[in-house]
Amino acid sequence: MTQTFLNAVFLENAVLEAEVTKLGCNIPAARKTGTTICGVVFKDGLVLGADTRATEGMIVADKNCSKIHYISPNIYCCGAGTAADTEMTTQIISSNLELHSLSTSRMPRVATANRMLKQMLFRYQGHIGAALVLGGVDCNGPHLYSIYPHGSTDKLPYVTMGSGSLAAMAVFEDRYKQDMEEEDAKRLVRDAIAAGIFNDLGSGSNIDLCVITKGRVDYLRPHDMANKKGVRTGNYKYKQGTTGVLTKSVIKLDLEVVEETVQTMDTS
Amino acid sequence: MLTELCSVPVTGMGQHVGAYGVQDTLRSGFSSVKNELLPSHALELSEKNFQLNQDKMNFSTLRNIQGLHAPLKLQMEYRAARQIQRLPFLQSSHLALDTLKGNDESISFEDILNDPAQSEMVGEPHIMVEYKLGLM
Repeated sequence: MTQTFLNAVFLENAVLEAEVTKLGCNIPAARKTGTTICGVVFKDGLVLGADTRATEGMIVADKNCSKIHYISPNIYCCGAGTAADTEMTTQIISSNLELHSLSTSRMPRVATANRMLKQMLFRYQGHIGAALVLGGVDCNGPHLYSIYPHGSTDKLPYVTMGSGSLAAMAVFEDRYKQDMEEEDAKRLVRDAIAAGIFNDLGSGSNIDLCVITKGRVDYLRPHDMANKKGVRTGNYKYKQGTTGVLTKSVIKLDLEVVEETVQTMDTS
Repeated sequence: MLTELCSVPVTGMGQHVGAYGVQDTLRSGFSSVKNELLPSHALELSEKNFQLNQDKMNFSTLRNIQGLHAPLKLQMEYRAARQIQRLPFLQSSHLALDTLKGNDESISFEDILNDPAQSEMVGEPHIMVEYKLGLM
């Protein structure tokens, strides 16, 4: 029953959209994140990084949006592409992973989240525009995956996604070393995201970091405010007393209480 | 691009044929030839048959591994569980069927979008029961 309902909704929306575009009206564009996201594996764990700008065409829709999504206590996921798609996809997978972990009574593994994501994205053949960087630490150590909208995945020690991925990858290719220390890894990711922010129009604002190690997650938001809004240097407010007061008269209004009603608030 | 044009008409889009071999306007509304020949969304066919194809694949694997009895027994259980439901115009939970299929341990778009409890339309009770009992 639910399947037929879903297909009906599918059909109606697609047919309506076709009719509307024929009439010449534009369907509002989905808000993309036009992003720089990246991740790097270091000695004891991994660092995920993301910028915080969400664009709607040529306009910044959100100056400080959060692109690092929670999947499970030991797994986080950065999302690039259509903002709604990444948000809903990560939430669905997070719920499924929680149910799965309760059913198996074990901490969830990153490979499980990866497989769930890739099977779902492949099922929808790329129509769900979500490019993800999935990272976490489980019983087998730190793992980092990049997942493309059509459902292909790569397991690598350092990955970047989004419109600023080339700028960030340039920084990684130059300075990545195996088994870095945590501070070096954080600095590397911060510089990679900064490269994306300053060289790509789709990325901007601040840098968020998420450091995941065995037993500890540091969600640093914002880790670095790379683009602070400027402070106004001039003040155009007139000082008190600029206009001279000639006369002052006070008229008291006699108000009497006519009616008093009490409306109870629904505080349940 | 959401809509893709395919020049070859696709099977599986057929009309809902009623009792006399013609379009059943009462139950499935007016027909449009274009809607029936071409899919309006690239994923329409694949999504319509997704659950069926998954089941077919799982049953055939099970048959190869364990023998014919395994899928037969499962299908019999599904058929029995599918009959546990409320009257046609009421919303059934399909709890037994979901548990058998393993859907009680996963959340997907059918659970989030188009919640039947929030549906704006409700079926006419008498007509739906008559249709189910075959009196109509």
